[in-house]
Amino acid sequence: MTGNIKIAIASGKGGTGKTLVSTNLFYLLQQQGYVVTLVDCDAEEPNAMVFFDGKVEKTNDIKQKIPVIDASKCTFCGKCHEYCNYNAIFLLPESEIISVIEDLCHGCGACSVACNAGAISEKDVSLGIVTSFRVSEKSKIIEARMKVGVYSPVSIIKEANKEAGNHGIIIMDSPPGTSCPFIQTVSTADYVILVTEPTPFGLSDLKQSVNTLKTMSKSYGVIINRAGLGDKAIYSYLQQESIPLLLEIPFDKTIASAYSRGKIVLEHNPQLLQSFATMLTAILEKYGNRHNQR
Amino acid sequence: MKVAITSTGNTLESNLDQRFGRCAYFVVYDTDTKAFEFIPNPNIDAEQGAGPASVNLVASRDVQKIISGEFGMKVKPILDSLKIQMVVLKDPEKQIKDIIEMLKH
Repeated sequence: MTGNIKIAIASGKGGTGKTLVSTNLFYLLQQQGYVVTLVDCDAEEPNAMVFFDGKVEKTNDIKQKIPVIDASKCTFCGKCHEYCNYNAIFLLPESEIISVIEDLCHGCGACSVACNAGAISEKDVSLGIVTSFRVSEKSKIIEARMKVGVYSPVSIIKEANKEAGNHGIIIMDSPPGTSCPFIQTVSTADYVILVTEPTPFGLSDLKQSVNTLKTMSKSYGVIINRAGLGDKAIYSYLQQESIPLLLEIPFDKTIASAYSRGKIVLEHNPQLLQSFATMLTAILEKYGNRHNQR
Repeated sequence: MKVAITSTGNTLESNLDQRFGRCAYFVVYDTDTKAFEFIPNPNIDAEQGAGPASVNLVASRDVQKIISGEFGMKVKPILDSLKIQMVVLKDPEKQIKDIIEMLKH
């Protein structure tokens, strides 16, 4: 069987089991003989490699251009300050003070275009590293890892997904939340699996994720992790919104224990393995071979 | 000396705004002439960088001291380099006229 599909694993709330689902799906696809790539897009704290062994195939240092302003050439005309949409240029023309607030710069280059005095040059600043690990002949993991102190992981996530290409099945482990890093991750997905838990927090954050995906016109379904915990409100919500419930992962100490030791739960849980396989077949049949929308 | 005070409104009865970069108004008070001016903060809805942009605004008015409830981390190095003093006043109930009164003594 072949098929090209990108599946993002996401959730509004953190700690619901995105990485549990991503790594186990990756394992299952490997077992079934697919060409599969797992992209760890949780660039603030990537951890997919805790669960697998792999050999580094390639590393990419992700850089951004940051302006360098030569105050001796600057005429303090204020055009660069005006062009900057991100308040990254600090300017006091009366005192002839100009400086770049590097943390705020998005590297768009507008200030360089604005400057007629030739006072602005650019330097490279490293944002993070994208590493490709070869796990087996047909499978690899691409890890996005941002540098400490960098404000946004978006450009690193983008590069990691670019590195993954379009070949085979691509699983993207999304960062939590519903802001830019999440949107960047799911934007290229053909299908999104939202992982949640049956608690008020889980429900509240699930609603935010669903609303975001609706505006992006994405297809999605929900996995309830730690089923048996909390209350039934999440089930009513899914029913009311006609959102497919893909799978329930029981609240089970043996699962938590295996996961906490960096083990793949499906290896020793045939029942869950079967549920994962059924879910996967259904997703691949319905959404496989579809060209992603972006 | 000119002092900037962050304010929730444009009257002397308004309270001290606890946020610096995204305060509603800046009051610029001149301790020598006792004159004051309310400036609406254009950075209140800035997507990012409201702090530095607000420093830009008050520094262009020759302010040497700023009174607010809280300052963001990007603001401090800029204020230090400009030798503008930050005064943190954690009192949301304080009215602008009280602060001006305090500055007179």
